[in-house]
Formats: sequence, structure tokens, C-alpha cells
Amino acid sequence: MRKCELHDLGRIGYGAAFELQRVLVEKRKQGQVPDQLLFVEHPHVITLGRNGKLQNLLASEDVLRRSGISFFPADRGGDITYHGPGQLVGYPIFDLREWKRDVVAYVRTVEQALIDTLAEFGISSEREDGMTGVWVGGRKIAAIGVHISRWITSHGFALNVTTDLRYFQYIVPCGLTKPVTSMADAGTAPPREELIALVAKHFSELFQVEIVRPAVRAEEAL
Amino acid sequence: MIDVVMPQMGESIVEGTLTKWLKKIGDRVERDEPLFEISTDKVDTEIPAPIGGTLASTLVEEGKTVAINTVVARIDETGAAAAPAAAKTSASPQPLPAPPAPAPPQPLAAAAPVPEPEPPAQAASAGAAGPLSPLVRRMAREQNIDLRQVRGSGAGGRITKQDLESYLAQASARPAQAPPPPPKPAVQPQPAPAVPAPPSALELPPLPRAEPAKVRVEAMSVMRSKIAEHMVTSKNVSAHVTTVHKIDLTRVAKIRERNKAEVQARHGFSLTYLPFVTRAAAEALRAYPLANASIEGSNIIYHNEIHIGIAVALENGLIVPVIRNADEKSVLGLQRAIADLSARARSRQLKPDEVQGGTFSITNFGSFGSLFGTPIINQPQVAILGVGMVEKTPVVTEDDAIAIRSISLVGLTFDHRLIDGAYADQFLTKLKNVIETFSEEVL
Repeated sequence: MRKCELHDLGRIGYGAAFELQRVLVEKRKQGQVPDQLLFVEHPHVITLGRNGKLQNLLASEDVLRRSGISFFPADRGGDITYHGPGQLVGYPIFDLREWKRDVVAYVRTVEQALIDTLAEFGISSEREDGMTGVWVGGRKIAAIGVHISRWITSHGFALNVTTDLRYFQYIVPCGLTKPVTSMADAGTAPPREELIALVAKHFSELFQVEIVRPAVRAEEAL
Repeated sequence: MIDVVMPQMGESIVEGTLTKWLKKIGDRVERDEPLFEISTDKVDTEIPAPIGGTLASTLVEEGKTVAINTVVARIDETGAAAAPAAAKTSASPQPLPAPPAPAPPQPLAAAAPVPEPEPPAQAASAGAAGPLSPLVRRMAREQNIDLRQVRGSGAGGRITKQDLESYLAQASARPAQAPPPPPKPAVQPQPAPAVPAPPSALELPPLPRAEPAKVRVEAMSVMRSKIAEHMVTSKNVSAHVTTVHKIDLTRVAKIRERNKAEVQARHGFSLTYLPFVTRAAAEALRAYPLANASIEGSNIIYHNEIHIGIAVALENGLIVPVIRNADEKSVLGLQRAIADLSARARSRQLKPDEVQGGTFSITNFGSFGSLFGTPIINQPQVAILGVGMVEKTPVVTEDDAIAIRSISLVGLTFDHRLIDGAYADQFLTKLKNVIETFSEEVL
């Protein structure tokens, strides 16, 4: 089975994670590293996808600054979104040529991994047709935005665990006027380590990869 | 001159939105160098040039959605400058009726398996217009557009994002026939969709002050969720019954009094009632082995070794370290093991195998003032002994005198699947006899 390295980087800034992904994508392209599954938590940040519309940002930069939220245009798909404490952000750096050359199948499979993970905590979630992400009773619990370059994926998903959902009022998440929710709101907030283990398990099953946890941290491997 | 086409990024994908040209007309591109970006369903993909050369023309503007295999650009592999071509393309704003596409996209799309069945209503409204992209479906739903009203300009009459946009622009230009309002108008001030909204300078009030919370939500620790799981599992597995005997610990109290100081001085730990009870339990277990058994399917597993778990209360939970071969130890040996295991349990330094393999458990809730309790069996064991508080109590002796005795209520909670009440009471009677007849040598 193909190997996939799991790295839990803990709390790191959006910019640092962005740069780390860029380097890992390059290394993955050249076959220097196997598939990677990075887990991070970002300090408050609002990011805008390549096709995002600035009018979906509802607060001025000044208000954001005063609230301690940084702003970051990103090269991923999708519109605007918020990341912050209490969110499990996952960045899979996968070579889709070794799985399926199908970007939509990829996104659907990431959704499925999250749906299966949530089910383990008794949270029943689903897809909504035409609105990428994972939904619990019409509320979005996980957002997805992906960038692909020569079949190498980057960016990924953000799952609200104990996220303070009031921060989402600064934006129209993903350009959709739909409410958001979190695992805590849905009744359970598992410890991060346990959640990561289960997300990794379902990625492993659905993408047919063997998850390994190298002793070296991803940023040291650079 | 080489045609560059909109690639198919997956089986079910019939079109893509060209979001950004990464090269300008006239630019030199290398083979495999990113040439443009497309967007499908939350995925941005960089598309590399299929060949090195000069970007001679771009046939699709940024933001346009076109069917797969539509020619979007031409690369001149000879490297000749292509300025005139640039002028030509920029003058043709309507690139969609594409120049001879290498393969007509329609049959290809039809032949491709469609893994996601569309809801019937949408399939009907799609009608002859062919498959709709997720983007179009989403827009139509969000804006409440009846797709039958929209004329498709894409390949095979397919409705594209532009068709929806121009439909919306026309609809809003006709105030009499106001379009149905967007689902949630509160957030999107939509005075005139034709005019791109300026970067919003709308000031939101700072985050609302948190209301005085009526609850506080906190995630369970791993230990807490494990405990929760074990407790409920045990209640589901075993038929819990508790029987309680009154045990006279006066002899033990005296032995304790006489040896306390010396034990403390020589061994460095205090002598409590618990090792005496443990010692008596081990003897009773040898006499009544069913209480030291477990159930596997329809078999009874008798454990020849007696490993007694002692419940230790922690700050945020409890743990049950195990004294191995408890029946081979003296009271002092048991006291030493109890002191060591509970100290290391509290400093979280127990090794995994020190909390596994117990065949019977004792919980000493008497140390917290409880008189008797009905504990939950520690699976896969079948019995647990609960020791109540030792109290000086007036009792009527056999010769009808009244005496002050150290009395404890000791209960056995047992799994009635395996152990019947009479057997449990015989076990406790044995334990009571052992405790009440201890001599000094037991130390």
C-alpha cells in the first residue's frame, strides 16, 4: 500500500502553513516525499480563494485588525472562509495520479472521510448537492477548498470542532448565505488527538494509503 | 500551431471555468509550465502547457465556463511572435462556437458514466439542455431560477454560468417582473447586480458580548470517555446484584493499633484496613473460585491466579491498578503494593500491564465516608467488593452484653449470570470469618 505521512503541526500561522505546503507540493512532484497529511490549527484568519469575491467579506480590514483577525488571499478553490482556534484544518498533499485522476472524486472522497469520522462520534452529516463541504442539518460543519497542480493536491478542509462560530459573521462563508455549526454544537467535542486518529483512519481507508507517523516533524524534513 | 483544450479533470466533469491566465499572449512558455487555471467545484487546478513555444492566442476569457475539449489557446511551437493573433482574439469576444474542436464534447460527456444521480426534478428541468455543471445547478438553486426559462449558449444548448448571469441581469432590469428574492437577503445587499460591488467597507459591530452562559461546554478527557464507555458497557453486559454483610473489624483495628508505629518507622507507609480486607478476599476467592472467574461466550473461565484490582480515585477519574498473585502476599506485602500502585496511579506513572489482567476488584469507598455502595463490575470480571466506612458501633454480643465494635458494611456486587445469591453470601461469610479471626501472624 502507498504510504502517507501524517504530521500534526499544532497551532501554526496561515502563512507558515502555506509556505510549508508549497515546499511539500514541490517535493511531492519530484517524488522526494510520499503523500502527506498535515493537520494544523490556525490563529484567527480569514482567507479568500482565487475565485472568491471580496464583497463576501463583511468587515473592513480595520475591524478585522482590531479583532485580531488577519486576512490572506489564497490560491485555493472556493470563496471566502474563516480559520481559527478550535478548528481541525487538514492539508492533504496527495498525488492523484496514484489514486484517481479525478478532482471531483477527490473532493467527494474528502467529504466522505469527514462524514465517516463524524459518524463515529454519533454526528450524522451529509453532502448538499452543488455545495461542496459537509453539512449537519443544513448547517456547514466542514469547508473544503483545494488547489491542484499537476495532480498534486494542496489546501484541504477545515472542520469546526469547538470553533467560536461568531467569527463567521464577518464573512459570507464560501459565498453561501448558509449557517455554520461545529462538533461541539452537534453534541461532542473530542480531544484533538483522537479526532486526528479517526480522520486519518478514514483517509487511509478511502484513499487506500497506509498512514505512517514519522518521528521527524514535517518542517524539519524540509 | 498546437491547440490547448479544456482538460477533463474527472469522469463526471463536463466543463470547467477558466479562472486565470498565467501567461500573456506572446509569452514564451515551457512544456509543463503552468499556463492557466481552471475551477471545478471548489477545486482550483493549474493546467500546464502541453508543449513549449509562444502563446499565440487565448480563445477563452477569464471567468468563462466552457465544455471540456474546447480549444482555449494556441501555442506556436516554432516560437514565432504572435502579436497579430493576439489582436485578433481580443477582438472576438464570443469565443464559444469554438473553432473545429478536436473532439465534439457532447458524445464524450454522454458516454461518461455519471456517478452522481441528479435529483429527478433537476434532471427534468435540464431536459434537452444537456448536463448541468454543479456551479450552474447551485446558482440556479440559490437564485431560484427556473432553468426552463434560460436559453443555453453552451455546446449542445447547455446552460452555462454566463447564461444564468445574463438571465439574472435581464430579470432585474424588468422591475415589474421582480425576480424572486434571494433566499437570505439579509446578508447580500443586492441593489444592482450589474455593478460590481466595491470592496465592502461595511462596519460590523464588534463580536456581540457573550450572553451570561447558562452552560459551559468542555470536552471529556480521554480517560473520562473511556470510563464512561466501560461503565455503560459493564451495565449492559452483567446482571448486577449487591449483597451486604456487617463485618467486625475490631481485631484488625487492634492489630493495626499495635503495629502502626513500627510499620511506619520500618517500611515508611501507614497500615490501613484495606490490606487486611484484600488478604481476606484472596482467601475467600480461593474457597469460592466462581467469584474469580469470567465468562467467555457460553464458557466459564476459572482463573487459577488471583490478581486483585484496587480502585484508586484520581483528580479527574479513577484507575484500577492490579496486585498480581495477591493470595501469595502477606498483609504487609499487600500494603506495600497498594501504597506503591496508588502513588504511581496519582502521578500517572503506572505501566499499561499494571492496570490489566485483574480477576477481581476491591473499591474502598469507605475512605470517603460511604457506608455501602453498589459499584459497577470491572469487565470481564464477575464480582467487585465494596468496603464501607469502618465505624465504632454499639453491638449486642452473643452473651447479650452491649459492646463497642469497629464495624464495616462490606458488599459484594456480583454478576448474577454466573453467581447466585447464596454463593455470594457464602463468599462474604468466608471473608467475614477470615477477617474476624486474623491473628498477629497475618502481617
